[in-house]
Amino acid sequence: MARATAVVATPADGPLTRLLGAAARQRELSLVVILVAMIGLVALQAPQILSSDNLTDVSVLAAVIAVAAIGEAMVVITRNVDLSVEATMGLVAFAVAGVLSNGILPIPLAMLFGVGLGLVLGMANGVIVAVFHVPSIVATLGTLSIYRGIDFLIAGGKQVTATQLPAGYTAIARATVLGIPVFVLVAVAIAVGFAAILRMTTFGRSVYAVGSNPEGAAILGIRAGMVTFVVFSICGLLGGIAGVMWGILFGTINATSATGVTLQVIAAVVVGGVNIFGGSGTVIGAALGALFLTFIGNALILVRLSQFWLQALYGLVILIAVALDAVLVRQFQRSVSGRRAP
Amino acid sequence: MTGVGGLLGRLARWEVLLAVFLVVLIAIGAAVSPVFLSGRNFANLIAAVIEVAIMSLPMALIIIAGEIDLSVESMVGLAAAILGALYSAGVPLPVAIVAVMIVGGLGGLLNGVLVTRVGLPSLVVTLGTLALYRGLALVVLESRGVSNFPSWFTGFGFGTVPGLPIPWPFTIYLVLAVVLGIVLHRTWIGRQLYAMGKNQSAARFSGIRVARVKLRLFVLSGVVAALAGVILVARMSSARADVGSGLTLVVITIVLLGGVDIFGGRGTIPGVVLAFFTLAVMGNVLRLTNVSSDIQSIAVGLLLIVSVVIPTLARRVKSAIDRAQGNRNRPTPTVGGPSEVVAS
Repeated sequence: MARATAVVATPADGPLTRLLGAAARQRELSLVVILVAMIGLVALQAPQILSSDNLTDVSVLAAVIAVAAIGEAMVVITRNVDLSVEATMGLVAFAVAGVLSNGILPIPLAMLFGVGLGLVLGMANGVIVAVFHVPSIVATLGTLSIYRGIDFLIAGGKQVTATQLPAGYTAIARATVLGIPVFVLVAVAIAVGFAAILRMTTFGRSVYAVGSNPEGAAILGIRAGMVTFVVFSICGLLGGIAGVMWGILFGTINATSATGVTLQVIAAVVVGGVNIFGGSGTVIGAALGALFLTFIGNALILVRLSQFWLQALYGLVILIAVALDAVLVRQFQRSVSGRRAP
Repeated sequence: MTGVGGLLGRLARWEVLLAVFLVVLIAIGAAVSPVFLSGRNFANLIAAVIEVAIMSLPMALIIIAGEIDLSVESMVGLAAAILGALYSAGVPLPVAIVAVMIVGGLGGLLNGVLVTRVGLPSLVVTLGTLALYRGLALVVLESRGVSNFPSWFTGFGFGTVPGLPIPWPFTIYLVLAVVLGIVLHRTWIGRQLYAMGKNQSAARFSGIRVARVKLRLFVLSGVVAALAGVILVARMSSARADVGSGLTLVVITIVLLGGVDIFGGRGTIPGVVLAFFTLAVMGNVLRLTNVSSDIQSIAVGLLLIVSVVIPTLARRVKSAIDRAQGNRNRPTPTVGGPSEVVAS
């Protein structure tokens, strides 16, 4: 009891904490506010951040990361993690580029093939985790090696350059509808679609249930294994889409393409407010997290801060975001224990 | 029969399987290549992976205690960058090495404080510092490379103990493995690590200072990662900020392959040592047989998954057998002696 009293009485419950708590509770909104503020500040020094060319470049790159982050967010909500997403993206990007440069399939079928390949890779993750009960961090660490190894095996040190690809393929990256890049429309459609699925369907609710309380979910009759399998499959599918987008965006693809993207994707998920221990968070938040991180990278270049700071800043943003989450959780627990105290 | 003996059998099984696999690999290596069993080849195969080997030891303790440190590969880079920057600025090398080790300790301290005092999950904290430390390394040295290290230093990196096919850094690994092995398996500190890995709250309520022990583990991990960075610089005789990228995955692979449970509370140092030799020999055999090195990455991934699947399946088969036997014994539960209680 003395312990509980001590917790309630901590001076940390000041206005700053309350503000941080409120900010963290409305993560999507606060991310947008911080993003707009940051862009405004940078625009004072480097107005070209608001040029339509720059906005297009940033949003197109952010869209690729966001698509992968949406799948990752769903996996993390179920209290799992998928470290193999960068290998999925790399393998899909190379496979599609290889198929196209050899003229085996027309562009739409090649893209479909890439997305299907991503789905298969995700399903393999799902089987290993859900059927063989391998902890997801171990399973996807393994498939990260395996998928990247397959990538190296088929690439064999070669690379496919943009000139070997059909012109219509790489042009998709610059295509717009009503002035909005197609990539952005794809990412928004996927974000809205999966947000609706998570909010409104039985499956969506069971994703959160499995993540927040596996035992309770089992008692309610939710088949956790099935939910886990489906979520990993979706993550693979979206990784496949992100891989195809990566290939379109960068044109030149080799066996190491998309290396290190998993870090960005998980950073986007964490910054977007998804609890790394599962059970809470939204895919919209994850997509906004991707946009936020991409803009930070862009802003660094525009204010001519050394590019070498980018990585360090990424790390700081992750640490700040997760610290903010901890403040929120503690504040919540304090308010609960405060109400229970006699 | 199913009591202590069964328990020991279960614990020993994975290490034995690993040892058998290692012997098979060595036999294959000896059969396909005449140089495989030479001392020179042994020195080469060890030296190629000595940094990850050294880092796998503290990582094993951290994972057994229920945490994880993803930032080690970036600490290798940060150590290399600071060592290079200090040396090129005219700081005597021994002083620079000590400074780098202190930086490693501070980096580990930051991880440990964020995990144990602020209460953040180590997976996310060290993901953040994975980016942060690599970023700092890049800020310190940018894209420069520093070489021209004195010969005593580079000689330590790729030289061997006189008269023996043992690279100098391997002696550090051996000492560390013996010390940490004794600490983990023969002292109260080790028992505390298992206890907090199995059940952190229970460990805390039984008087173990969980936060303090974990903090020290993270500091140890940071110092050892910095040491690995120094060794890598000596071995390559050049310092760059991007060295060590991707090593964390290999380190964790060795630890998990060695039978350490990713959720903590289970694992042994001999297992981790065996896993290191298995990976090192496998890479060497694949190289000697001119099999594409791409296969190695696939084989490592498969091995990692199989290392978890096999014990899980074995446990399931065993519990199914136990259940079948238990059903046969069940008709007379009230008159059953102690032996039957154990059996069920």
